[in-house]
Amino acid sequence: MTSNEHSSHEEDARVPRRVIGTPAAGTAVLGDSPPQPPVEDPAVVYPDLAAARRAERLVALLFLVTFLSGVAFIASYVIFQVGTVDSTAASNLALGTSLTLALLSLAAGIVLWVRRIMPKYTLVQERHPMVSAPDTQEYVADTFVAGANESGFVRHKLLRRTLLLAAAPLGLAPLILLKDLGPLPGTSLRHTVWKKGLRLTVEGTGAPIRAADFNSPGGILSVVPQGYEHDLNALAKATLILIKFRSDQLKAGTNQNWTHDGIVAYSKICTHVGCPAALYEQTTHHILCPCHQSTFDATDGAKVIFGPAARPLPQLPIGVDSEGYLIAEADFDVPVGPSFWERGDAEAEAREAREKAS
Amino acid sequence: MTTLKEPALTETPKLIAGPASYLDDRLGAGSFLKRNLRKVFPDHWSFLLGEIALYSFIILLLTGTFLTFWFKPGMGHVEYQGPYEQLRGVMMSEAYASTLKISFEVRGGLLMRQMHHWAALLFVAGMTVHMLRVFFTGAYRKPRELNWIIGVLLLTLALAEGLTGYSLPDDLLSGAGLRITEGVAISLPLVGTYLTFFLFGGEYPGEDVIARFYSLHILLIPGILLALISAHMILMWVQKHTQMPGTGRNNTNVVGAPFYPAFMAKAGAYFLFTFTAIAALGTFAQINPIWLFGPYTPADISAGSQPDFYMGFLEGALRLMPAWEINFLGYTLPLSVLIPALVPMGIIMTGLALYPFIEQWVTGDRREHHIADRPRNNPHRTSIGMAAVVFYGLLWLLGANDEISAFFHIDLYHTTIFGRFAVFLGPALAYVVTYRICMGLQRKDAEVMSHGVESGVIKRMPNGQYIEVHVPPAEDIADHLRGKARLPILPGEADIEGIPPKGARSILGKARAVLSKKYGTEHVPLEEEGGHGHAAIGSGEDKH
Ligand code: HEM
Ligand code: FES
Repeated sequence: MTSNEHSSHEEDARVPRRVIGTPAAGTAVLGDSPPQPPVEDPAVVYPDLAAARRAERLVALLFLVTFLSGVAFIASYVIFQVGTVDSTAASNLALGTSLTLALLSLAAGIVLWVRRIMPKYTLVQERHPMVSAPDTQEYVADTFVAGANESGFVRHKLLRRTLLLAAAPLGLAPLILLKDLGPLPGTSLRHTVWKKGLRLTVEGTGAPIRAADFNSPGGILSVVPQGYEHDLNALAKATLILIKFRSDQLKAGTNQNWTHDGIVAYSKICTHVGCPAALYEQTTHHILCPCHQSTFDATDGAKVIFGPAARPLPQLPIGVDSEGYLIAEADFDVPVGPSFWERGDAEAEAREAREKAS
Repeated sequence: MTTLKEPALTETPKLIAGPASYLDDRLGAGSFLKRNLRKVFPDHWSFLLGEIALYSFIILLLTGTFLTFWFKPGMGHVEYQGPYEQLRGVMMSEAYASTLKISFEVRGGLLMRQMHHWAALLFVAGMTVHMLRVFFTGAYRKPRELNWIIGVLLLTLALAEGLTGYSLPDDLLSGAGLRITEGVAISLPLVGTYLTFFLFGGEYPGEDVIARFYSLHILLIPGILLALISAHMILMWVQKHTQMPGTGRNNTNVVGAPFYPAFMAKAGAYFLFTFTAIAALGTFAQINPIWLFGPYTPADISAGSQPDFYMGFLEGALRLMPAWEINFLGYTLPLSVLIPALVPMGIIMTGLALYPFIEQWVTGDRREHHIADRPRNNPHRTSIGMAAVVFYGLLWLLGANDEISAFFHIDLYHTTIFGRFAVFLGPALAYVVTYRICMGLQRKDAEVMSHGVESGVIKRMPNGQYIEVHVPPAEDIADHLRGKARLPILPGEADIEGIPPKGARSILGKARAVLSKKYGTEHVPLEEEGGHGHAAIGSGEDKH
């Protein structure tokens, strides 16, 4: 720490010098040696006494307000109970207002005290360069070299090398310990819970959907797999958006074999960074993701029309079971949701696989 | 001046002297206090900005600790049976349920929650503005580069702290933020999937992430923040505060009020003012009413969801980005996520961290600086700063382009396309405009020094002409203006024989010399009326 002499204030006298070996009690830091009478110091200008007196009354008033508000705070805690929205709002208002008032007047009081009662200061303190004196530097450098040599760390090669060797595995240990934070990804990102025969149900009610009932063109539903309504991990990949078209509205991008009577199912998980693409514009057939506004054309394989998403929303093959309820015909053939390093061009691979099969 | 006839202390009261001696006997605290009790602190309104951040942090610690007494960082599903009618019977995570409990069943719980959130916003805002003042006044220069780096770390950590905290209640809104975080993390090449699986304990959302964020949010990050803030304060204390140029102030002194009693009391009062502001906001301005959003489910989202303001620039960057994605050799590089998530943040944080060193390299200036620059007097720095502010500001604005589009009835896609160009043109324009403004202000200063200020007195000359009398500027103002220090320039000109100086021979050296000249050239020197040339009073050791 640098020294802090004041050019206008020599304070050494306040702290009496201690003679080595004498008991310190009574003569210490804030001991009872009388301070000097206030010297006329141009750097310390006192306010006019009458003005200070007036300020004092104001400050006292403010401190009194703090006292009363503090009491009001405690009273509010006892009086106002919580539970309903309204009672909580009342309690919040009472507690908050009294606290605010208590703090505000205390703060204002202290500021007035500093400004109107304490002197105005223009004390000057010298700065010194941060760098230490050359002889100090030299001493430290010498000591360092001497110490290093004394330790033998330089001369004893074997010691040095085995120490480094010893440290390496110990340094790795904490990292190794983190391995069980999670399983490895494996191929889990490539699958969802959808499989042949699994029924589509309405998100929220869990009701299965009869294809014949979902018949007004332009209709749209948010869909989850039956039995997984509360499995968030499943929902994070398997949630669908189900749209009913007239067959002539669908374009080449949509796989017609995977639709049922104009009903198309797309993944609801945005291919950008995974928000649910929840908005649908009836007139334009655009699916819009509210997060960063990627826009997908629902009539054309949910291909991207605008925004940062780079890939279409994957389409799920659907059909109906014997009772006429909508079911999945298979899992998605590409990974849903945000892109990741190992994903590759899954769309191209899927296309090739389909071509080979047919 | 008063003569203090009033009752006053003639000696230290026993109650204080006793413990003080006790401590001194054991710690030798006396010599520390001797040096520091009357440590001088300079005054300027802008020095309060860092204090706002500091006090917000303390309030965050206090309110946050209160919240930990009830919060349950669990993702296990429970059926809500609490007093909030609209959600009774709904399945939700323990985290969300306990946040509802804090809001509706703990007296003062809602107040503490709201204060905690407001304090977090004020913390980041205070820090950001404080950093801007440090930047624009050049207070990061030697010897304060280390404190500047600590500051950049603090800011980065504060963003991480905010992100983890925001996710804890596990409501639908914060869940959207978490989902985006996951989408960004998984996009990282090579390590992305592993990173997310380790963070979430498997697939998103898993059952672990809230508990993990919780220990980061209440233990690890605050611990590091506390350590860094302490280091920040110690360095500030050791190096002493910078001061604005003015009468009697120079590079080798500090002018102001003593720590004890004036600064101490004032700092206490400002803490209480910050506390007041946060308490008032927590009382009267509702924030993050999670009960309206409902519990999180990855299948749903509320339209128009916005993150906290300090994440806005990342949100804007994500929105602006065109859909670029590269597939090669069976691997995917999702540039439309990687670029916006990493590049703006990278540019801003790295730029901030390196600026002091780049400036030092360009100017060759290795002197200590304790007088704050007025922003106009270092026009290139100020312009670079403003360009960065505009870059950040545009990204931030465009993070709310859906709101802008709805409010001003502009087509949504047009705001995006506008943004794609604006983030490049805006900063360039800001640079030019700021530079001009700085030069204009410098010229005005020079005029005040050379011709004085208009006095409002009109005088009739013998030849019938009317002129306004100019008087010299008031002494304190003049001293403030005289604080202008010349920027040093590296020698780069070839000597008489056409040989450039040693450092300026390589390509890098030449570039450096050119930059140095551009950066430091004085276009508007201050001439005083008496003609005593350059008034380089601000820096006692200015050798140029
Ligand atoms: C946790 C957040 C922070 C707290 C609590 C904090 C607090 C403070 C305070 C109270 C001061 C003294 C008053 C002032 O100069 O305004 C200060 C000085 C300083 N701060 Fe910070 N600050 C924070 C973040 C930052 C950031 C983000 C930067 C820059 C990137 C930064 C750089 C500096 C520097 C270089 C100084 C010394 C300047 C001088 O002496 O004038 N700080 N800080
Ligand atoms: S997550 Fe859908 S646009 Fe970003």
